[in-house]
Amino acid sequence: MSTPRKRGERSPAASTALHAVLLLASFIAVFPVLWVLVISLRPGFAGSSEVHVFEPSSFDNYEYVMAKTKFVSWFGNSISVAFFTTIFGIFLSATAGYALSRFRFPGHRPLMWTFLVTQMFPVAILIVPLYNLMNKLGWVNTHASLVFAYCSVTVPFCTWMLKGYFDAIPAEIDEAGRVDGLTPVGTFWRLILPLARPGVAVTAFYSFLQAWGEVAYATAFITSDDKKTLAVGLQTFVTQFKQEWGFLAAASILITIPAALVFFFAQKHLVAGLTAGGTKG
Amino acid sequence: MAGRLRRSWDKHKYAWGMVIPVVLVLGVLVGYPLYRGVFLSFTDANEQNVAATIGALHVPDSFSFVGLRNYVDVLFGPNTKFWSVLGRTVVWTISCVFFHYTIGLALAILLNRQVRGRSIYRVLLILPWAVPAFVSAFAWKLILARDNGIVNHVLGQLGLGTFDWLGNDTLAFVSVIAINIWVGVPFNMVALLGGLQAIPSELYEAAEVDGASPWQRFWHITFPGLRTVSSTIILLGVIWSFNLFAIIFLVTRGGPGDATQILVTYAFSAAFEGIRDYAVAATYGILILGVLLAYATVYRRALRSGGEVW
Repeated sequence: MSTPRKRGERSPAASTALHAVLLLASFIAVFPVLWVLVISLRPGFAGSSEVHVFEPSSFDNYEYVMAKTKFVSWFGNSISVAFFTTIFGIFLSATAGYALSRFRFPGHRPLMWTFLVTQMFPVAILIVPLYNLMNKLGWVNTHASLVFAYCSVTVPFCTWMLKGYFDAIPAEIDEAGRVDGLTPVGTFWRLILPLARPGVAVTAFYSFLQAWGEVAYATAFITSDDKKTLAVGLQTFVTQFKQEWGFLAAASILITIPAALVFFFAQKHLVAGLTAGGTKG
Repeated sequence: MAGRLRRSWDKHKYAWGMVIPVVLVLGVLVGYPLYRGVFLSFTDANEQNVAATIGALHVPDSFSFVGLRNYVDVLFGPNTKFWSVLGRTVVWTISCVFFHYTIGLALAILLNRQVRGRSIYRVLLILPWAVPAFVSAFAWKLILARDNGIVNHVLGQLGLGTFDWLGNDTLAFVSVIAINIWVGVPFNMVALLGGLQAIPSELYEAAEVDGASPWQRFWHITFPGLRTVSSTIILLGVIWSFNLFAIIFLVTRGGPGDATQILVTYAFSAAFEGIRDYAVAATYGILILGVLLAYATVYRRALRSGGEVW
């Protein structure tokens, strides 16, 4: 301690070390995706042992994957499944989360427990009974079956998070709404939900990602080719050509892009959203 | 009685009205499969004796009730792998949660400082979260491939020799753990970063005035300040890791042999590979649920004795 420094100021050495650690961590975080991107731009990467990163790149793999598959309709299917999962899931978890946050009612604690316990069910084992159930309801091979199945996964976590978020909003706001003659539902819809927008953004992000890349349920429930989601469709297409890693790489990038876009817009809210959910959880 | 119920309804109608949709959806989609799982675990149901429709012919269920036999076989049978797989699952869970938390905390603390390019670092570091599981699995398989993977390529160039990352029992287990750490760190980092930002900076200033060392500040301000966030993400982290199916299934399918098999993947292979044994798979499912419930109860009690309620 030779010269006293103000809080937040660092010596050049400490600053370099800080950046070095962050750069290394960022590299590890990004490298796998970048590597898939590199492979996807290399024509004819069929398991050769030499990897030339600086060879001229081409979009052959992408053209092939998009031309030979029902890419456009699969893409649309994925979007609509992910969209409805997000909307429906948020509707369910926001209403329940608000009730859990503001009211003490009989069933309050058991319900909180249930949300935790449902996270404990091994999804891999729920698939068979869930498939039987969908079969009885006549929902096999519909997108609705996927939306409901994904909601059963996302809703417990989202409710927990949103409850934490609502807890952070002062109860005086509710009282003010009540004084102005709003019903509890009106208070929730007009006052609280808009205030909880960052929390909603986080849960929306989470739900969208869950639905977007999911393969297990989507493989089991969807039987006809034109109803497949992108992840399932591209995967089944590519596994027909076992050695064509280039196609699989291109398909992976195509699936990652929309998720990354949603993520990019949601990430600003992520920190604020998870704070409230986590600290008050 | 009816009057009391009615008063109760009037008092709580908004609350109940708002939770009913969730209760219905979860009741059907989780309650029914759970009931069915418990039921199957007391039977000898498998591929050959459950109801099936073959063409126009409908074959009804023909399995029978066997009481606790499945549980006895799984827990105490001579050939059971339950305990060894459970042991591996515990190692897997503890390693994943430990590294998720510590790496996530370290990165969150670094990101919480005034550092140039902070928002870029943040975007890059959260990226693995946005990647669908099977894309992550594919990327890592590509990187760790024995013959043309980049890791072996680099190690070979450095003269360190090559390794069969996903083909050797121990290495494969270490590899899937490492891959899952890569997948899970962003969530922990973001949650902890949020927790750090919620700690009032006056506390740090006061501590500095009192001459507290950085380590003392961390131990007496940062760590207690993160208590609630930490207890939530560790609880969820343990439950999620214990049941994490996608990564192991997509990367190694539990192999080589059973070297990377954890309870969920093992149960899944019982249910879907070879002769589909639904009863044994259901028994495993119920046992997994039992283990996690026991854990959550103990954990909650520990938290409560620490003065926390949820």
